[in-house]
Amino acid sequence: MRYISNTPAQQREMLAQIGVGSIEDLLARIPTKARLSRPLNVPAAMAETDLVRHLRALSALNANADDYACFLGAGSYDHSVPSPINHLISRGEFFTAYTPYQPEASQGTLRSIFEYQSMMAELTGMDVANASLYDGASSVAEAALMAHAVTELNAIVLSKGLNPLYRQVVETYCEGPGIRLKSAPIGDGATDLDALRKAVSGQTAAVVIQHPNFFGCLEDVKAAADIAHAAGALLIVVADPVNLGLLTPPGALGADLVVGEGQGLGVPMSFGGPNLGVFAAKQELVRRMPGRLVGATVDLDGQRGFVLTLQTREQHIRREKATSNICTNVALCALMATIYVAIMGKVGIRKVGELSTAKAHYAAETFAKIPGVRLRFTAPFFKEFTLELPKSPERVAKRLMKEKILAGVPLKAFDRAQKDCLLVAVTEKRTRGEIDAYAAALAAAVA
Amino acid sequence: MHTAKPGYDKLIFELSCPGRHAHSLPECDVPVSDPAQLLPKEHLRAAPPELPEVSEVDVVRHYSRLSQMNYGVDTHFYPLGSCTMKYNPKINEDMARLPGFARLHPLTPEVAAQGALRLMDELSRDLAEVSGMDHVSLQPAAGAQGELAGVLMIRAYHLARGERRTKVLIPDSAHGTNPASTALAGYSVVELKSEQNGDVDLLDLERHLGDDVAAFMITQPNTLGLFESRIHQITEMCHAKGVQVYMDGANFNAILGITRPGDLGFDVCHFNLHKTFTTPHGGGGPGAGPVGIKDHLAPFLPTPVLVKDGDEYAFDWNRPQSIGKLQAFWGNFGMLVRAWTYIRTMGPDGLRAVSDNAVLNANYILSRLEGEYDRSAPGPCMHECVLSARRQKKLGVTATDIAKRLLDLGFYAPTTYFPLIVEEALMIEPTETESKETLDEFCDAMIQIAREARDNPQLIHDAPVTTPVRRLDQTGAARQPRLKWTPQAK
Repeated sequence: MRYISNTPAQQREMLAQIGVGSIEDLLARIPTKARLSRPLNVPAAMAETDLVRHLRALSALNANADDYACFLGAGSYDHSVPSPINHLISRGEFFTAYTPYQPEASQGTLRSIFEYQSMMAELTGMDVANASLYDGASSVAEAALMAHAVTELNAIVLSKGLNPLYRQVVETYCEGPGIRLKSAPIGDGATDLDALRKAVSGQTAAVVIQHPNFFGCLEDVKAAADIAHAAGALLIVVADPVNLGLLTPPGALGADLVVGEGQGLGVPMSFGGPNLGVFAAKQELVRRMPGRLVGATVDLDGQRGFVLTLQTREQHIRREKATSNICTNVALCALMATIYVAIMGKVGIRKVGELSTAKAHYAAETFAKIPGVRLRFTAPFFKEFTLELPKSPERVAKRLMKEKILAGVPLKAFDRAQKDCLLVAVTEKRTRGEIDAYAAALAAAVA
Repeated sequence: MHTAKPGYDKLIFELSCPGRHAHSLPECDVPVSDPAQLLPKEHLRAAPPELPEVSEVDVVRHYSRLSQMNYGVDTHFYPLGSCTMKYNPKINEDMARLPGFARLHPLTPEVAAQGALRLMDELSRDLAEVSGMDHVSLQPAAGAQGELAGVLMIRAYHLARGERRTKVLIPDSAHGTNPASTALAGYSVVELKSEQNGDVDLLDLERHLGDDVAAFMITQPNTLGLFESRIHQITEMCHAKGVQVYMDGANFNAILGITRPGDLGFDVCHFNLHKTFTTPHGGGGPGAGPVGIKDHLAPFLPTPVLVKDGDEYAFDWNRPQSIGKLQAFWGNFGMLVRAWTYIRTMGPDGLRAVSDNAVLNANYILSRLEGEYDRSAPGPCMHECVLSARRQKKLGVTATDIAKRLLDLGFYAPTTYFPLIVEEALMIEPTETESKETLDEFCDAMIQIAREARDNPQLIHDAPVTTPVRRLDQTGAARQPRLKWTPQAK
């Protein structure tokens, strides 16, 4: 019981102070009928050495990105994680603190969140970003709810280029409020703008578009903004902030809300969670935003300090009328992203985008030269692209695993129409050697 | 408190020096490196983002200093009621960072992620055992998302039976997330009055139970820190009217191995792994909020559902009645590894000892402080106690003032002004990991503050003075929100 400090002698002293004979006496309000009359049926306690041995063996069953060249994407990416991040976030004062309810004793957390908000606003080109939501998918869902609340309209149009896993989360969140979801199809890899124009109506609260989209293709965000705004709807852009050092920020293209997954900013893939939900908005929407916000203020002596602010939007004040139910967020992941952006800085964040693009395009070009293999779409793409294969993508991926290559995400499970396709992501970490080895293995697999 | 360099008042942006950098990125090893040759020009950012230009030592020193401007459990006693700020074991961190877990992509083929899936299966079975529930979904990212999942499953259950129920009953003592999650699931919230001790008012409950009610949602033990002893009667009353009963698991740390929500008649409960199961709170998250249910709700579990076929683990996506997905992938897996590690470290006896000692510690604080502060309810409490600063308020000293003075005396503050039904509430949760010595120091400080309230209230009003900043202008911050750094902001 190494995490329990009281000794039996201390327990007796404490019981004497309380004036009872045993801990059991303190539990007298729990009726016998409500008691568990046996020990819990969970495995016996393990010593630390045994535990470590066991978990190392369990973790070794997993094909991870240290042992394999990872070309998997679709919302989680193997970008580089600079060494200082883990050291800094592991400091107990960050790691073991909680929500900064007492700002005077939480300036470290508050200051870093203020920096995070500033960085996300800058990258997205928006006026204000919140202190993070759970992940990209739930951020899109919260944005849809917010658009519904702001416009008092009842339909949301989602591009088919939106990550299908995100779409499923939006469906879950929109069930209760009864928001109707419509789809805008994709044409050659990007959203079909004519179809989008037909899908919006006077009832549309928002148009949701992902850029680059699920298939890796770049969207015409400005045109989508014009279509949404002409109908009186908001434009929600789903973006990956790690790309925004190089790509035009959605805020400059007419987005009203920019949301997305921030995992690429120094957060480990961790089998998909915890991730980092990014949420940024135009100034006029700030009081309708979900989640926490940190603001600058001054203390009694006039010194600059930071506090949680505009809390009247939140569930501990407004209860059932709150803008959302989010309480615990992912502050530590936001801290990882803050340190990541600080390390990459103005130049490095652009370089990550340049390297990823260059390597992805080299990979796509190399793979497409293999007989029977072709690029599914001709629309411009960024760091991810869709390959069409002459053989089952599942089987090809399985074969490449033998070469220690995680080849990509087969799309059959997401979209029957893309059943011959493999979604391939290339980050700045992939080397030319890995890409060439992939090409050789792929050529052999489809031959 | 160990403060940062005195007066340290920088933001990372203010350390920027053009031309300085901290990144170490590889050279481009493919032929075409210029994005302008690869992408249409209109997609490329016209000007680089205004981000800091700093060196690695700038970064390390800055965030080390910021960390020193925080109180955490590693450095301070953190009696924040209802948040269960217990010690976060270091082994948990090492295990979550094993490359096979931390560097695993969520869409790795299932056959190549069997270790992760097995760990998830074992954790969900352990949580089912601890709660007496039949199934557990690990997908919710936090307690509030667990609540949403639970309420949506209840909604789907009623709809599948052809019943359109529109209301959810929630006591006035509930956590704010309960009404917020319920409203998000499309229900109207009916607030029930609690009795003086936070127990459910059975007459009021009886009055409101009807065939338009979908669920009754309560916290057990309640938010005044008391076990609701008529719980079987309550769940039976609800079930007689077809109403599902939801247990908010925020206070699970009080009942490990003592009693199980499933045995008490609850249909749904969520767990806060960052509370009971020692995953770190991280300055406000990430958490994890798995949700446990009884068999009759199983068809509605979030997709995908982890299944075991022989020795192979896999995700089952074919769940036509599912409420759908809650986050993009499978749950906050990094937190699941920590919770699994903790349960294996403790074993059945260890888990039971957690609750015994959490209850002992809370009652010890209560018995030492009830002379100076008003207690909010009679009888022994469970793992937390709620005091009222009613007496001090008459002297002009509020719960906020007491909280601020505690910061100067070397403690983080209790939760203040919750539950809402207690005037000037101070909600104290010591947890099992604190020693008698620490509790004594804390109680001494609280007693000292009560004395100062009588003798020298100005001292309390001036607090805190040892923190990096003094009391902050919250009203001003809300009136003119400044939510990001600009070059002129200094």
